[in-house]
Amino acid sequence: MNFMTLDPSVRWSLAAIFGALVLSTVIVQALTRLKPSGDFSNLRQRVNSWWVMVTVFSLAMTLSRNVSILFFAFISFLALKEFLSLIPTRRADRRVLFWAYLAIPLQFYFVHLEWYGMFIIFIPVYMFLLLPLRMVTIGQTKGYVRAAGTIHWGLMLTVFCLSHTAFMLVLQESKAPHSFPGPGLVLFLVVLTQLNDVCQFIWGKSLGRRKILPKVSPGKTWAGFLGGVSTTTVIAWQAGPFLTMLNEWQSAVAGLIIGVGGFVGDVNLSALKRDLQVKDSGSLLPGHGGILDRVDSLTYTAPLFFHYVYWLYDFQTFGTSIAQ
Amino acid sequence: MNKLCRLLFFALLVRPIMLVFLGLNVRRREGLPAKGPAVLVANHNSHLDAVTLMSLFPLGILHKLRPVAAQDYFFRNPLLKWFALNIMGILPLDRKVKSKRRHPLAGIDESLGQNDIVIVFPEGSRGAPEQLGEMKAGIAHIAKKNPEVPIIPIYMHGLGKALPKGEALLVPFFLDVFIGETLTWSGDKTAFMEQLTQQIKELAEEGNFSPWE
Repeated sequence: MNFMTLDPSVRWSLAAIFGALVLSTVIVQALTRLKPSGDFSNLRQRVNSWWVMVTVFSLAMTLSRNVSILFFAFISFLALKEFLSLIPTRRADRRVLFWAYLAIPLQFYFVHLEWYGMFIIFIPVYMFLLLPLRMVTIGQTKGYVRAAGTIHWGLMLTVFCLSHTAFMLVLQESKAPHSFPGPGLVLFLVVLTQLNDVCQFIWGKSLGRRKILPKVSPGKTWAGFLGGVSTTTVIAWQAGPFLTMLNEWQSAVAGLIIGVGGFVGDVNLSALKRDLQVKDSGSLLPGHGGILDRVDSLTYTAPLFFHYVYWLYDFQTFGTSIAQ
Repeated sequence: MNKLCRLLFFALLVRPIMLVFLGLNVRRREGLPAKGPAVLVANHNSHLDAVTLMSLFPLGILHKLRPVAAQDYFFRNPLLKWFALNIMGILPLDRKVKSKRRHPLAGIDESLGQNDIVIVFPEGSRGAPEQLGEMKAGIAHIAKKNPEVPIIPIYMHGLGKALPKGEALLVPFFLDVFIGETLTWSGDKTAFMEQLTQQIKELAEEGNFSPWE
């Protein structure tokens, strides 16, 4: 899997995304020229960060299969690091945290092996049982419940959930073992998740009045949510059959899942930030905040979309291919 | 040769660790001096404090950065001494002997005279991780002797978690480096120390960090 073997629809979509970036850069430049009084520094920062993110993502998607897996592993590492730097942790748990980090190379190695059975239970079962064991051998019981809960929750969100994107990339359909629907599916998932964020923001800004979750995220409105989800569903309905093997109806349902899931992932992280009294999860992406601010929706949409597709179609993974 | 070792150490080891393994969040980077003489005053949590601050400057002025470090600790064995002097470029501080011939801080004055950027940790020791200790008054002495030199208070958070005193295992955490407003010698030792302490305390509160215990 490299650029030349990529499906033309994936190549065209990547080209279209770069086209959209060029367009937004031109618009921001024009706005700065036309309205010298306005402050567009945040907008410009955002667009610049998008250039970096899209370039890195496109390279990761097109260079090779293993580069793609390493890329998603690195995203998980950044997200887990941001999470563990943000939450209150205990001094006694430094070694536990180190073990939590070690889950990343293993989890993505299972992706590399296409070993679905291990990939799907490693963190929910083995890490879940192992981290408390490491904690009791250290022996500090004060704050034990909170530490055990928060560390595993972070591992689930930032490593387990996000790694579904990587596993989706290596999927091969049973009936067509050497076709790779992965890049198209991942592009569909990632682009729709990000577009959904943008659509919910724009709908909310232009029409939003009634707040949907005032205690968690005062900026979010019903209009933003409903407008965003319906826009995402319509785009999915159009883009799905082009980028993936999903038909129009399956694509529309996928759009609905991504729209609703993305919203929940977003407010889930908002609640965390509100609890810890921080505005952004970090400062890695100027104009956006931290990496968690960017992948918050993906922590929900990746596993939800993955299992939806996995349920719809038959895939050949490590276990099944050995049996043949 | 030593200069090349130093450059390679920072370019190939320190920077990748800082940017990839750990990760830096610097607020008000523009508050750092472009050239010496200047004194950076920071809180002390970890062995990596000095390299973290040094990694914020371009490699081209690496030879101008001089962290002040305890002679009794870093001259314990020949290898560590070589590393401290040639790679880190420390200004050794004699914490124990009160020499009559030479003031213990004289080396710092000389270094500032050569337009170096001197890095000082007035807490003296790394102490309890992620807790501010009391600052020793040597910094006021440096400021008094060099009243023209800008003094930049800096607060660092995260290294006390990533590599605290007494630990050898480096655990990834994002590091925060908050650069404060430049101050100069005010003419009074107590007032100067109070202002410096207050500034670093305010920088620490700016982060609203969760406790680490």
